[in-house]
Amino acid sequence: MDQLKNIDTLRLITGHYKTRLSSRFRNRRSYKPEDPRLILSYIPGTIVDILVKPGQDVKKGDHLMILDAMKMQNHLKSKSDGRVKVIPVKKGDKVSKGSLLLEME
Amino acid sequence: MALNKKIKELHEKREKLLLGGGEQAIEKQKAMGKRTARERIMALLDEDSFNEYDLFVEHDARDFDMDKKTLPSDGVIIGTGTIYGAPVAIFAQDFTVAGGSLGFMHSRKITKIMDHALKMRMPLIGINDSGGARIQEGVNSLAGYGEIFFRNTISSGVIPQISVILGPCAGGAVYSPALTDFVFVVDNISKMFITGPEVIKTVLGEEISMEDLGGARIHSEITGNAHFFASSEDECFGQIKKLITFIPWSNDRKARPFDAGEPKPEYNIDKIVPDDPTLPYDVKDVIRAIVDNSDFFEIMENYAKNIVIGFGRMNGKTTGFVANQPIEMAGVLDVDSSDKAARFIRYCDAFNIPIITFVDLPGYMPGVDQEHAGVIRHGAKVLYAYSEATVPKITVIIRKAYGGGYIAMASRHLRADFVFAWPGAEIAVMGPEGAANIIFRKEIMSSDDPDSTRKQKVEEYKEKFANPYVAASRGYVDAVIEPSETRKFLLHSINVSENKSIQMPPKKHGLPPF
Repeated sequence: MDQLKNIDTLRLITGHYKTRLSSRFRNRRSYKPEDPRLILSYIPGTIVDILVKPGQDVKKGDHLMILDAMKMQNHLKSKSDGRVKVIPVKKGDKVSKGSLLLEME
Repeated sequence: MALNKKIKELHEKREKLLLGGGEQAIEKQKAMGKRTARERIMALLDEDSFNEYDLFVEHDARDFDMDKKTLPSDGVIIGTGTIYGAPVAIFAQDFTVAGGSLGFMHSRKITKIMDHALKMRMPLIGINDSGGARIQEGVNSLAGYGEIFFRNTISSGVIPQISVILGPCAGGAVYSPALTDFVFVVDNISKMFITGPEVIKTVLGEEISMEDLGGARIHSEITGNAHFFASSEDECFGQIKKLITFIPWSNDRKARPFDAGEPKPEYNIDKIVPDDPTLPYDVKDVIRAIVDNSDFFEIMENYAKNIVIGFGRMNGKTTGFVANQPIEMAGVLDVDSSDKAARFIRYCDAFNIPIITFVDLPGYMPGVDQEHAGVIRHGAKVLYAYSEATVPKITVIIRKAYGGGYIAMASRHLRADFVFAWPGAEIAVMGPEGAANIIFRKEIMSSDDPDSTRKQKVEEYKEKFANPYVAASRGYVDAVIEPSETRKFLLHSINVSENKSIQMPPKKHGLPPF
């Protein structure tokens, strides 16, 4: 019979249970609602072109940059009217999934 | 005299072919810590029980100068043998011959032994150790894979199919093991993935080692693709042999009975489960306290540990066990544990193995990640699998059985044949806290001291409803039993359900949520 080791507490509505927590649970990312000001890469890839500059006014649907991923050129578009604040990436950068590509004001 | 000469010729031919890819290639294989394909077969099967077929098969590729190359037995060994007397059909890819690459004749040998296994209704064991498709053979190699996948599917649920990954198994090749019942992996030897580290790096810029991408541990702990993890090939073969003793040779028979002994006295069923439903214990100890010889053979030990599945024997008869595991994630049902349990329940049903379910769970796991990962459709698999199963289904409610979790875990409503509950069982629409908060909301809100009113109401609810007797009064629980009576009741239930027979409405097949 195993010693009961590494016991934590899992708080559920039915009670606070003494138990081990799985790594999947411990490493889960808490949910954040989508921020329309941020353009994130939804897939890992390479920035092949940046079509706007910081300070530039853009309209909803304007093409902001081109991300090459899975042999496809993906045009990333503005989700709203507004002004570009920061572009923390440059042409040729390899970006991982979820990294920030552009921030609107 | 003439015959002697012919026999000598046969011996010479054999001797040459039995060396596979030759001494150098064998040395290389050993340097990787791997046995040769033939050694593996010998280690797995009963002594002197192996009959080999198609030793003399040669490939018929003509392009890229392949016609000038000979590949002994085309890189795969096939045959039949026995394990503890049980007949098995087996193939083992020979990495020493062209990296075990799969050409058309190689695949024809595999499909030949698969056809035999299905026709003769015996288990099929496939040892995978291959660099993948033989590129020189082009689309014929793909055809070979397709023919194997088709047979895996047609044989599924008819004969047991076991895959052993003892080397690389990459690209399309992974889909044969994925279609089989049980996948065995060995630390540092097994490598399984659809696209390897190089492709991932080129396409996505992500760097990862083969081991971290698709090694034995990853498939045992993260992906759920593997069912058994071993540290060495020997340990792996021991696991396969043991599994073979638990399962029937095909779906038209039952597993062979083996010697029955009482559970070991060190597993004292009265002392394992704490009264307080929020305190943990290892449910495997409960299983060991009731199975023959306390011998519980766990499957997928390191994946979705919040549910426990595996085989044991009850009075010598193979029985499948499904149990919530309070020591891991409080035993909740979630995406992975639902998937794990549902597949095992369907396995038992396909192969005439009765199922005993131990219930103690707080319910389904809440969370955005769970909801977004599809806990609705994955959770539904458990309901589907239990409802559909026509083998004897026996349920023991140890402690908590709340809400949807109560229904899902082989409840009477999903046609459990026998439902038992221990006296400490809490069978209710939800946990006492939650229920009291809803039912007595007004009283609690309007109270001068809401906290003490809440406490009092929770206690009231617990007293009245958090017990097995409300469900027993409706006949949803057949008997409330003492923990120490559990084995007796289970043995009896299994004995009397030996000839269980129920008719399902005719259909081509159902549509489980997968």
